Amino acid sequence: MAATFHGVGATVAALSSSSSSSSPSNSFGSKKLLSSPSRSFSVRKRASFTMVRSEGSMNFDLNSKGRRAQQLIANAVATKADSSPASSSSKPGHELLLFEALREGLEEEMERDPRVCVMGEDVGHYGGSYKVTKGLATKFGDLRVLDTPIAENSFTGMGIGAAMTGLRPVVEGMNMGFLLLAFNQISNNCGMLHYTSGGQFTIPIVIRGPGGVGRQLGAEHSQRLESYFQSIPGIQMVACSTPYNAKGLMKAAIRSENPVILFEHVLLYNLKERIPDEDYICNLEEAEMVRPGEHVTILTYSRMRYHVMQAAKTLVNKGYDPEVIDIRSLKPFDLYTIGNSVKKTHRVLIVEECMRTGGIGASLIAAITENFNDYLDAPIMCLSSQDVPTPYAGTLEEWTVVQPAQIVAAVEQLCQ
Amino acid sequence: MILGRAFEDMCAQMYYRGKMFGFVHLYNGQEAVSTGFIKLLKQQDSVVSTYRDHVHALSKGVPARAVMSELFGKTTGCCRGQGGSMHMFSREHNLLGGFAFIGEGIPVATGAAFTSKYKREVLKEADCDHVTLAFFGDGTCNNGQFFECLNMAALWKLPIVFVVENNLWAIGMSHLRATSDPQIYKKGPAFGMPGIHVDGMDVLKVREVAKDAIGRARRGEGPTLVECETYRFRGHSLADPDELRDPAEKAHYAARDPITALKKYLIENSLASEADLKAIDKKIDEVVEDAVEFADESPVPSQSQLLENVFADPKGFGIGPDGRYRCEDPKFTEGTAHV
Repeated sequence: MAATFHGVGATVAALSSSSSSSSPSNSFGSKKLLSSPSRSFSVRKRASFTMVRSEGSMNFDLNSKGRRAQQLIANAVATKADSSPASSSSKPGHELLLFEALREGLEEEMERDPRVCVMGEDVGHYGGSYKVTKGLATKFGDLRVLDTPIAENSFTGMGIGAAMTGLRPVVEGMNMGFLLLAFNQISNNCGMLHYTSGGQFTIPIVIRGPGGVGRQLGAEHSQRLESYFQSIPGIQMVACSTPYNAKGLMKAAIRSENPVILFEHVLLYNLKERIPDEDYICNLEEAEMVRPGEHVTILTYSRMRYHVMQAAKTLVNKGYDPEVIDIRSLKPFDLYTIGNSVKKTHRVLIVEECMRTGGIGASLIAAITENFNDYLDAPIMCLSSQDVPTPYAGTLEEWTVVQPAQIVAAVEQLCQ
Repeated sequence: MILGRAFEDMCAQMYYRGKMFGFVHLYNGQEAVSTGFIKLLKQQDSVVSTYRDHVHALSKGVPARAVMSELFGKTTGCCRGQGGSMHMFSREHNLLGGFAFIGEGIPVATGAAFTSKYKREVLKEADCDHVTLAFFGDGTCNNGQFFECLNMAALWKLPIVFVVENNLWAIGMSHLRATSDPQIYKKGPAFGMPGIHVDGMDVLKVREVAKDAIGRARRGEGPTLVECETYRFRGHSLADPDELRDPAEKAHYAARDPITALKKYLIENSLASEADLKAIDKKIDEVVEDAVEFADESPVPSQSQLLENVFADPKGFGIGPDGRYRCEDPKFTEGTAHV
């Protein structure tokens, strides 16, 4: 259990140590094969924003088998850790932590559009319980970065009313779990009001906050609300996992005319990465190719991405070639990226932090079975958290969440 | 007020003839509150209501045709037939709904008031003095959202008026059985805003109070809580047998019918003649008949409308297996795609 992410410090240490081992990515002579012109821009038409994909912080010790796998992928949809994102631009990029990336994205959008405002508990003077909004109240004022009383249902509804009348609020749930109190407003008004008003009112609201299992935070602070919200029609849900996509998704969510729920994770706020200096967004509906591979498709999101990549190291050493996709868009699913992967590998493993019952994985299994059943060589496997309130005790908490060893075992079983 | 009464009576007729379905909540008896308040507003001011929203919509300026069509579920309705009786919206007239769950609209109204303040103070639109009115009932005054919003509105001095239409009954629950302190207007000062009680059956008294409250909000002095004592002559909805209410109580309030009262006042003070009033009645009847005709003749929504308006940006339906956005699939515009 050496490399599980039980603390913020451990997370940073684990990542920074492994990223230093992969940064001399010129250890892969096959890098040239990946540098086809379409490398950074997918086959689909894009909006006019510069899209620079980066996997700068991804870390894998690829042995010779890995390199062979690379040579087979002449035209990967996404890049690998072949270069820092800045190599495709003239500026050097800058390093920051994930919570700073979120703040940067938010700040840039607030500068760009005066209608963008923030509402939530302790977002103003306190700077946010995870410091995502630090300094913003001083810069933009107490009305634009509004410290609300503790009334989730009402201030979320207030954000919705503000959105209907022309503002673009970003509502923060101090912990995603608190938004259970706002379910009324999120379901009825956020999701449905555009429809019931016959399209007259738009709700360009962003609802964001940290969720997921942290470090012994107890059952109520360790909830995964994505599974509860996924049935609400009319909303989009995205989950960020790296500083790069955190900033990109934050900006895209703010610019979107749809209500978007952005799920952050308590343990990922201190991840460090070098991100581009220039303006970029990440497409809300697209998944992210983390590691192309041939043998099995592993679909994951948020913190589990790191457990998967940890397991991937072990798997590669054992001779497997997993393809890892961070689905990022929890609602709707990017069936194109997922489908292409399934058609290539014919085996699917889903690794998620949701509960087993009714989680994102359950929906994903249904979607894949419905659309790509013919391409599967084996039943889809799904590793989820146990259907258990997250216990306080560290040992018990570890056992509720999927660990890298289980992922390795699952892949071995799937690839028999 | 006449329009409201005639319209609601027509709704009842149409309902029993099978032209509209579901839950329909009629406003008969409460017209003074709607007229007294909303007729003082500008077009850019906002109104937020509940499921008992037909007359609020009419008062705010939504054409009777649009409301009737919406009730018939036709595509010419103000919400294209997608909202129904309980979800009347109009962007043009700043009617922000129409909400089915009680208390749900109050935060939305608070948000609209927040936008007004934001426009003035952050966006520097110095002349923005838009006011928001939130209408809701006595039952709602025991709900958390009510109290939470009173707090926030007073805290930030939002330009909003909270109008309680206290008709003493929440379906079959008497206000006195549900509320520890039934005098709702007293709850205003607890949050730092004036709380005013007014006879909601007298449109002129309501208007006086409304002028004050709306004036306060417009000048940036903050919110007001106004409790209007009123009564609904019909049941909670057209499905309510209305067996619990005491006939004596009903008779008492029927004698205080706001329309009859105002007619009497106009005649006694020589502000209008019998003939004038009859002419108004006739004109309104024509408007309502026309609305019904229009609604009858309007088309029902076709299947192609099913998937529209779910998202403002239909890219939200995601990317399909073929790499294209699903909303580009022709089945979407036909309404036959499965989402």
